[in-house]
Amino acid sequence: MLLIYCPYCEEERSELEFRHGGDAHIARPTNMADITDEEFQEFFFLRDNPKGLIFERWRHIHGCGRFFNAARDTVSDKFVMSYKAGEPKPDLSGNAPATEKTVETYEATEGTAK
Amino acid sequence: MRKYSVFAVAREAMRGHKGWEAQWTSPEPRKDYDVIIIGGGGHGLGAAYYLAKEHGITNVAVIEKGWLGGGNTGRNTTIIRSNYLYDESMDIYEHSLKLWEGLSQDLNYNVMYSPRGVMMLSHNVHDKQSFSRHIHANRLHGIDNEWLTPQQAKEFCPPLDISASARYPINGAALQRRGGTARHDAVAWGYARAASDRGVHVIQNCEVKGIRRGPDGAVTGVETSKGFIGAKKVAVSASGHNSVILSMADVKLPLHSVPLQALVSEPMKPIFPCVVMSNTVHAYISQSDKGELVIGAGTDQYNSYSQTGGLQIITHTLDAICELFPMFRRVKMMRQWGGITDNTPDRSAIQGVTPVKNLFVNCGWGTGGFKATPGSAHLFAHLIAKGEPHKLASGLTLDRFRTGRLIDEAAAAAVAH
Repeated sequence: MLLIYCPYCEEERSELEFRHGGDAHIARPTNMADITDEEFQEFFFLRDNPKGLIFERWRHIHGCGRFFNAARDTVSDKFVMSYKAGEPKPDLSGNAPATEKTVETYEATEGTAK
Repeated sequence: MRKYSVFAVAREAMRGHKGWEAQWTSPEPRKDYDVIIIGGGGHGLGAAYYLAKEHGITNVAVIEKGWLGGGNTGRNTTIIRSNYLYDESMDIYEHSLKLWEGLSQDLNYNVMYSPRGVMMLSHNVHDKQSFSRHIHANRLHGIDNEWLTPQQAKEFCPPLDISASARYPINGAALQRRGGTARHDAVAWGYARAASDRGVHVIQNCEVKGIRRGPDGAVTGVETSKGFIGAKKVAVSASGHNSVILSMADVKLPLHSVPLQALVSEPMKPIFPCVVMSNTVHAYISQSDKGELVIGAGTDQYNSYSQTGGLQIITHTLDAICELFPMFRRVKMMRQWGGITDNTPDRSAIQGVTPVKNLFVNCGWGTGGFKATPGSAHLFAHLIAKGEPHKLASGLTLDRFRTGRLIDEAAAAAVAH
């Protein structure tokens, strides 16, 4: 279970209080009726689904009820930071991503196939 | 390949089991292949087998980063059924179920397919209505599915608590008698052995690091930890890692990868005769031939490649199991693990061409890919060989997220993930 820092309540709370809200920083087109099917597909369905750093939305549904954004590593599940909705996407390109060497995965713990 | 039979067992028993040969060969990769399949799980190995068997394409390599069946093929709860709601899903899962029925003979490998029946519990009026809809849709499609009263459900599965005072009362159940389980490892091994016998190269411990493309944009091969390997066609079937592999060719997919957990109990004498699923309280359970109770839990809510998952997810499922089957309350759980599933927005799989020439994808099987293994592999082989989908899989194209022709099994799943 994750421990999540809510930037509004300014404390870490259990994941049970939060609802995941999908990818962050996806802007809804303002001219929705005019965009092509390809553009709608890109906006609505296609996702990076990164192995490594992800920017995502969370809602503190059983707390303050507010949406905020967070940066997390999808290999280690560790949060890098969380920040208020509306704030710009932070530049975290300097952070070393977690790898299978630094995290317990089946490759790391069970060795390689013979 | 030496055929497995009762005579082979007798012969080997006489000479101390010294004559068994390796089930598949582990060759060094050639410089190039007609087809490279990325992902050595059931779907990928099966596709290689059917390419060789039905389409005569044997210059094929299956490339696997870890070991065969070490991903979701070896991490699922082995449930097989075809009682889906929509035509596109029923077509593909029923095709698969029919292949399961003859798979052990076809592969000369005992995959231990056991049609012991999959029973889905109904707890309320909504369940009863939606299951009735499923049953009618299935029967119109020629797929067996029937309604049971609580008493009939109890007869079919005696450990079930159907008393009115139960925490989760039961007002009936839907039963697919041809549904059941199989031995997951045997599926990967059986396909690998049969494919290897027909000349397919099975290459383990070989990570794909890039997809190389020619000046016209078409795929020319893959960069791997064992160097560059050329290929006329590349087919990706890497379950949770499909987004990672396809991003190497700049293809974005409508997928998100989340952990799905399962757990097994200590082994017991045979006590549980069938597979039972409950959508409403989220639990599914069966007993393996080793005697362990095999229990499936839910998915975590966030994207992750960690192959673990939150403890609250499995305790939620165990709460439900203990209420439905009070006699299991003192059973100890022995092992727990997670697998990374790739989920589509409509919870139906994607199998088809990609915007990149000669690059094919088989993904989005989400939380239910094991049951689809033979059918998916068979249809994927057709796609790779002919360059266009088989008619049974024609609805599963990547294009449907542009056209809007979704197959909304999300609303129809047996267990909501």
